[in-house]
Amino acid sequence: MNIKMMGRFIAQIIAIEAAFMLPALAISLGCGEWPGVKAFGITVGIMVLLSAGMFLLCRRAGRLFGAKEGFVCVALSWIVMSLLGALPLVLCGQVPHYIDALFEIVSGFTTTGASVISDVEGLFRGMLYWRSFTHWVGGMGVLVFLLAVLPTGNGAGFTMHLLRAESPGPDVGKLVPKMRQTALILYVIYIVLTIINVIFLLAGGMHWLHALCTAFGTAGTGGFGTFNTSLADVSPYLQNATTVFMFLFGINFSCFYLLLMGKLRSVLKDEELRLYIGMFVACVIGIVLSVRPLYGTLAETIRHAAFQVSSVMTTTGFSTTDFDLWPSFAKGILLMLMVVGACAGSTGGGLKCIRVLLLFKVLGRNIRQILTPRKVLVVRSNGKVVDEKVLANTNAYFAAYMIILVLSTLVLSLDGFSVETNLSAALATFNNIGPGIGAVGPTCNFAAFSDLSKVTMCLTMLAGRLEIFPLLVLFSRSTWTRK
Amino acid sequence: MNIIIAGAGKVGKVLVRQLTAEGHDLTIIDRDNQVLESLVVKHDAIGVQGNCASKAVLEQAGVQNADLVIAATNADEVNLLCCLTAHGINPNIHTIARIRDPEYTEQIMTMRQTFPLSLTVNPEKLAAMEIERLLKFPGFLRRESFAKGRSQIVELRIDGKSKLKNVALTDMSNVVKCRVLVCAVLRGGQAVAPSGNFVLQEGDRIFVTAPTSTLAVLLKNLDITTRRVRRVLLCGGGRVSFYLAGLLEKDRISVQLLEKDRSRCLALAEALPETAVVQGDCSNQSILDDQGIDQCDAVISLTGLDETNMIVSLYAANRGVGQTITKLSREESIRIANTMNLGSIISPKELCSNVIVRYVRAMQNQTGAAVSVHAIADGQAEAVEFKVEAGTPNCDVPLKELKLKQDVLIAGIVHGMQSEVPNGDSRFVPGDRVVVVTGRRGMLQQLGDIFA
Repeated sequence: MNIKMMGRFIAQIIAIEAAFMLPALAISLGCGEWPGVKAFGITVGIMVLLSAGMFLLCRRAGRLFGAKEGFVCVALSWIVMSLLGALPLVLCGQVPHYIDALFEIVSGFTTTGASVISDVEGLFRGMLYWRSFTHWVGGMGVLVFLLAVLPTGNGAGFTMHLLRAESPGPDVGKLVPKMRQTALILYVIYIVLTIINVIFLLAGGMHWLHALCTAFGTAGTGGFGTFNTSLADVSPYLQNATTVFMFLFGINFSCFYLLLMGKLRSVLKDEELRLYIGMFVACVIGIVLSVRPLYGTLAETIRHAAFQVSSVMTTTGFSTTDFDLWPSFAKGILLMLMVVGACAGSTGGGLKCIRVLLLFKVLGRNIRQILTPRKVLVVRSNGKVVDEKVLANTNAYFAAYMIILVLSTLVLSLDGFSVETNLSAALATFNNIGPGIGAVGPTCNFAAFSDLSKVTMCLTMLAGRLEIFPLLVLFSRSTWTRK
Repeated sequence: MNIIIAGAGKVGKVLVRQLTAEGHDLTIIDRDNQVLESLVVKHDAIGVQGNCASKAVLEQAGVQNADLVIAATNADEVNLLCCLTAHGINPNIHTIARIRDPEYTEQIMTMRQTFPLSLTVNPEKLAAMEIERLLKFPGFLRRESFAKGRSQIVELRIDGKSKLKNVALTDMSNVVKCRVLVCAVLRGGQAVAPSGNFVLQEGDRIFVTAPTSTLAVLLKNLDITTRRVRRVLLCGGGRVSFYLAGLLEKDRISVQLLEKDRSRCLALAEALPETAVVQGDCSNQSILDDQGIDQCDAVISLTGLDETNMIVSLYAANRGVGQTITKLSREESIRIANTMNLGSIISPKELCSNVIVRYVRAMQNQTGAAVSVHAIADGQAEAVEFKVEAGTPNCDVPLKELKLKQDVLIAGIVHGMQSEVPNGDSRFVPGDRVVVVTGRRGMLQQLGDIFA
């Protein structure tokens, strides 16, 4: 285990986080929110000292850096980032309990959007900005950002391990030969799409801070709202614009890259994208049929159905209506969408469409194999044969997914809420969605859970964002024993 | 002509035999001295031992004065380099390379343009295309097309139930109710040029010339069913199987492919999305039964072992499969196979060398030369297509007044779009195409050669 090298990475991550906090500090200054200024100032100071100290300690690092170090490094840096990121909320006094603040910030970085704060509109503007900005940073990944800005990977091939560990999807690859270029392309697409989103929101008459925060929540598929009612009270135009942008950020970013390269045909033929679009359309139709009596006009029904489907499917978690009041068939569709999630290589969470697709294909293959044991059957995706290793990993991922889901539901049950609440809370945090149904529905929040449940949910949120394995590797004994 | 053959493998050997028989001066290059020795002793040629892609070896083989180099070693890349090197030394040389790796098939046309290649041949692909043609016209054992497909020579077997059993050739047109011509008969492995009172017997294989338009009538009146082939079982997963399965997938025929080796199975399953690849040894009859061999419209045996192929085809015929096609490589096997009811037989190296010999003939004689040459009756006879030109003797003379050489038969005349089965009053004029069948291979270089 190359601890010094990891220390250097984490020191750099802390430095970047400090830099990311400066705009929030500036907003606090501009608005004259002195507790906010104090909180951000102290935190930035701590981070700078910590980062410098770690950097000094880890001056002479070896070059050996393998898949194990990559996983541990990613998991550790996300934990450190969250621990430090929670400090301003405590220091300014608005969220006095540290576990609550940690839950809020983990929920931010993992793009979950589950909140413990009931009066969002009462937050300092700097805090509001910081909370939403963590979505944006966490969406694409801070290590990917590090890869894009720092020439750390000079000559060494280990950066691939970092990208693999942080980017969602069963088969992560580079877009171009150079890692730095790949990370840069991803961030440029991300930034440009976010800016377009902000422009659309500003055009709808939204206040600049709200537009910025909403765009951050949409881009990272996070879902922290800036109003107590999420997006229920904004104009239909803003709701529709957000529906479209949530949907866009749930698409694999390499599709956008292929589009830029002019390869429209291969994008349209992409099986995962087809499944994603198909499911969106089918679920909107299903929900419209189910909730039609609850709303006035058909257009309004479609608007709410499309918004909720887009929000849950991409694991964003904004809401325009209290879907907890919907009939159980519509809620069932939403629960199913929570599990499926968005496309691999997007900022969304969940199982990912491609994994669901592969799981179904493997299932079909195995059934056919039972009927014709001698036949040699391969699983194809987009016409290409999927490696058996990827299939085995997908199966293992699904097994780990189910185990964590069941265990976290069990821990949450200790608090005595209904089964529906516990299951949907586990789903909503593990899949990085935000609101669930029942006592954690879109109009409620997670404040009522015990500290144990909150810490558990922090861990499942991180597990969901980092796709389980980095966190399991971190807590596995064989990682820390010398062989 | 001076011809260099690089690589004395399967195709190389057949070429040596055929081209020496036609009187060409052959130089054979091979790495293996023993193989060279045995070939040089058997045929009138000389051998050079060494790497055929090396400049020194090619010069030693006399590439400066050669007209043609045929590269047929087992490596495509060596064949290509051999042709390039030869062309570098002698820019006037014609080059033929065997390129058979499936990964190169898509770029074969650009390769012909980029590199100085006169012709590329792919024995396995040729075999696959031939099998596909046979599957499209079940009922014929073989089928050769002439004059851009307007005239055909088809092979039929007279079995116990055939309407043609014990029928004299003069009465044949009454049975089949259309005009056809039997140009050769294989009886007991021996080719016979039949006369009018020749009586057909069970076990004969007859070669019939007919215009393409009358083929359907012929089949119908002989009660040969032409059920469309829908389900095919391929035994063995070699290159021929690979190409064939690809072609059949495009024809929307359901293909099952049986292969012994697991990793080869995986590779095939990857490359052929519509084909059902099954792992199993096709010499094991219970596996053939498991795969529903009796439900197949055609079984094609393509393993590397002639014996296995023959057994599989016999078993398939036994289980009532309508059409069996057998790949055979060794000449001895082909001779044995002719005594059995094996259905169609395919020999990739023969197909390949036919293409090359055709090219050599066309090269040799620019005017009045054979347009194409097809070996029929197990190579004991050949059908040659000529274009009638202004200078051809005996134009516009009725055939009954012509004196032809022995063993020569005018089997078809094509005037423009019209194809005719000739009789004594037929005549050919410049612009026509004439199909001639002869029992002596390599004898006819131009149309004038048929006259006594």
